Amino acid sequence: MYDVVIIGAGATGSATARELSRFKGKFLVLEAEADVCSGTTKANSAIVHAGYDAVPGSKKAKYNVDGSEMMEALSKELDFPYSRIGSLVVCRKDQDRSELERLLEQGKKNGVRDLRIIERDEIVEMEPNIADDIECALYAPTAAIVCPFGMNIAFAENAADNGVEFAFNSRVTSIEKVGDHFSIKTDTDTYETRAVVNAAGVYADVLHNMVSEKKLHITARKGEYELFDKSAGNHVRHTIFQLPSKLGKGILVSPTVHGNLLVGPTATDIDDKEGTNTTADGLSQVEKMSALSVKNIPYRSVITSFAGLRAHEDGGDFIIGECDDCKGFFDAAGIESPGLSSAPAIGKDLGQMVAAWLGLDENPLFNGTRKGILDPKKLSFEERNELIKKNPAYGQIICRCESVTAGEIIDAITRTLGAKTLDGIKRRTRAGMGRCQAGFCTPRQMDLLEKYAHLTPEGVTKSGGDSVLVYGKTK
Amino acid sequence: MENYDLVIVGGGPAGLAAAISARKDGVQSILVLERDDRLGGILNQCIHNGFGLHTFNEELTGPEYAGRFISQLLDEKIEYRLNTMVMDISHDRVVTAMNSHDGLFQIQAKAVVLAMGCRERSRGALNIPGYRPAGIYTAGCAQRLVNMEGEMPGKKVVILGSGDIGLIMARRMTLEGAKVEVVAELMPYSGGLKRNIVQCLDDFGIPLKLSHTVVNIEGKKRVEAVTIAEVGPDRKPIPGTEERYECDTLLLSCGLLPENELSKECGVELSRVTNGPVVNDALETNVPGVFACGNVLHVHDLVDFVSMEAKNAGHYAAAFIQNGEQSELTIDVICDGKVRYTVPQMIRPEAMEDTLTVRFRVANVYKNASVVVKAGGRELIRRKKQIMAPGEMEQVVLKKADLASADKVEIGIEEA
Repeated sequence: MYDVVIIGAGATGSATARELSRFKGKFLVLEAEADVCSGTTKANSAIVHAGYDAVPGSKKAKYNVDGSEMMEALSKELDFPYSRIGSLVVCRKDQDRSELERLLEQGKKNGVRDLRIIERDEIVEMEPNIADDIECALYAPTAAIVCPFGMNIAFAENAADNGVEFAFNSRVTSIEKVGDHFSIKTDTDTYETRAVVNAAGVYADVLHNMVSEKKLHITARKGEYELFDKSAGNHVRHTIFQLPSKLGKGILVSPTVHGNLLVGPTATDIDDKEGTNTTADGLSQVEKMSALSVKNIPYRSVITSFAGLRAHEDGGDFIIGECDDCKGFFDAAGIESPGLSSAPAIGKDLGQMVAAWLGLDENPLFNGTRKGILDPKKLSFEERNELIKKNPAYGQIICRCESVTAGEIIDAITRTLGAKTLDGIKRRTRAGMGRCQAGFCTPRQMDLLEKYAHLTPEGVTKSGGDSVLVYGKTK
Repeated sequence: MENYDLVIVGGGPAGLAAAISARKDGVQSILVLERDDRLGGILNQCIHNGFGLHTFNEELTGPEYAGRFISQLLDEKIEYRLNTMVMDISHDRVVTAMNSHDGLFQIQAKAVVLAMGCRERSRGALNIPGYRPAGIYTAGCAQRLVNMEGEMPGKKVVILGSGDIGLIMARRMTLEGAKVEVVAELMPYSGGLKRNIVQCLDDFGIPLKLSHTVVNIEGKKRVEAVTIAEVGPDRKPIPGTEERYECDTLLLSCGLLPENELSKECGVELSRVTNGPVVNDALETNVPGVFACGNVLHVHDLVDFVSMEAKNAGHYAAAFIQNGEQSELTIDVICDGKVRYTVPQMIRPEAMEDTLTVRFRVANVYKNASVVVKAGGRELIRRKKQIMAPGEMEQVVLKKADLASADKVEIGIEEA
């Protein structure tokens, strides 16, 4: 019997698992996919929002501001990439600048620090590539960018190191309340648990509705993005948002923590909860709409495009906490933007809520720090040579575009909750995430997976399941 | 810091030929740095024949062709380091590199030859809509899997792009028992050599659909189907022309991009057209003592031409090492647009050799048109060609005597 089963190993589920590992108990995370960070968390804007967007008093407002305040310290404790670069919401000459003032007031009410409205001269100084008809902007210095993979993986690894179990390829097919506990079935197993945390992203409604009469309804809202080569990474220095209008929240243009440029997202409601395909219309919309805020975006430097799904609940706010008509079942549902920013705060709150409900004692062995995968690029010439002498794998480059060594990939495969797929390696080390998009290093990464994850060539996959790379030997 | 007279970045066909040529010109201290675990570069995975017709008057496979140069290199006792990645080349020719054995190390070179080759345009750079499952490979990646790893990357294949590697892989996959459904090409003409279309597609009954592109990729885990559509003159898909092919693999052969990230960091000026360095007739870049050759300079169709070009780069690098930097008058080679680019882009009319081969590509298919070269107010060359296409590199030979008083060389195409 588990004390808590958490469903979903995205940012919210993993943050909750890590918080729970501060307590004594038996905890399990069930993940439908082959790895952590495989749903909503893997494809979004990678932004830590300052917190002026959400309606004062809403859960979105509370968790966003709290999460944003926690993020910097967490990034050091758990060793994931984070950078407080600030954001601008830009307003064109033909738009209503009172809308900016409204956002400013809303931000103040939500407790966002240091917000101010700036005029064109200052904007141009900060962002030379700003579009010509931008007149003023709301500047939020506390806004930041983060590596969503890095954060999610760090939470999960730290939770696992503190004793939380993880089961992958475990899609939940039913949840039943049996007496004072729950029985959770996947395709292959049944788990008994005293409490459940539902952090299942776009599927959170399906799970919630298995146990509650108060139905939720989540719509998958698709966002398409284009990611640029690092040569375009300096095109803007802050995250540039457009003023929300009748056409929606608009397209953002932002540097990423790794020095690329990211442009997107669109917003299209779809029926398919797995519909992460990009579309010709979506990508052309990204290109057209981005020009409204930033000029001369070098579209010939795009290295990839992708689509993510936001879990939009009909009520429009996050649903956090115990289900009214099913005691012991805790929701983290409707986690759309600013979900990534909020994940640390939601995880903390929810973890403590569940622990209190179960009356769990503190775990005296809890260790909240985690060391990420060593990045030799951050070492000095001499330190790097020392490292290679100790472990020659750090002298062998596997991914040329991102300069990722065999040493880093082996670390990614062999550490806690290690990578078992090409995507898993990519999200942990950036191998294959550069301009050639793994054209050169795929066979080399396959070799390392075979050797260190003990797979056959036909057993190596891109993202688990049927995503095999080869079908067997040549004639 | 170590010292070498000549450091060659890349041990593929260009680097090998440059090294051998510099040694023949008397350079003793040469080091070739190769990132792979063997010399020969991409030739090692090109196990088909057709290499060496111009250089050796016989048809060799890629590894055989590379082998000829590798044995010369070994005979000449030229130093090389494998599994070695060059991390940086400074403007004053300090080369920083790394491998497991030597760690991170630096070399001061008197001259550097850039011979890093090129990479393939990826699905992401093409921005093809759809899912992102396994089973989407660049043709070269699939070629490595089949020919070097002995693994089959697919059973039912659609190929986008009719570049030479794609055509070769259509045949290779067919011979290995896969079914190649179709080759789609965005342009109204093929990007590959005519002989490859005949030998790799026509002979196997594989259809080539010109003016077609991929508009959707299905399959959440592995490719399940690909939709292609016809494109109009604006290269945009024409609604209603979509055809869906069930398949498990999409191979991409949509162009090669010279890999010049190191060159850029070194301050080498790059051409917007070739994506390679701008060079003079000595194949020297704007950075003194830094030379370029092979596919890092511009993408070639035939390795024989890479070897010839690299031989020149080695020769001129040797001259630089022996004579130091010379200040010389240069003039530009101007293209008319129908000629997309030339290599070299600049000529030293006083220092050049008696003859100079200028290679170029045309922007479109031209039938019964003439290549016209003018300099100093005179027409130097007018040569009629039955057909010229972007997929086949062209060349003209200029004479030093003709350029004595010229302030530029103009090269263009005149249609009948």
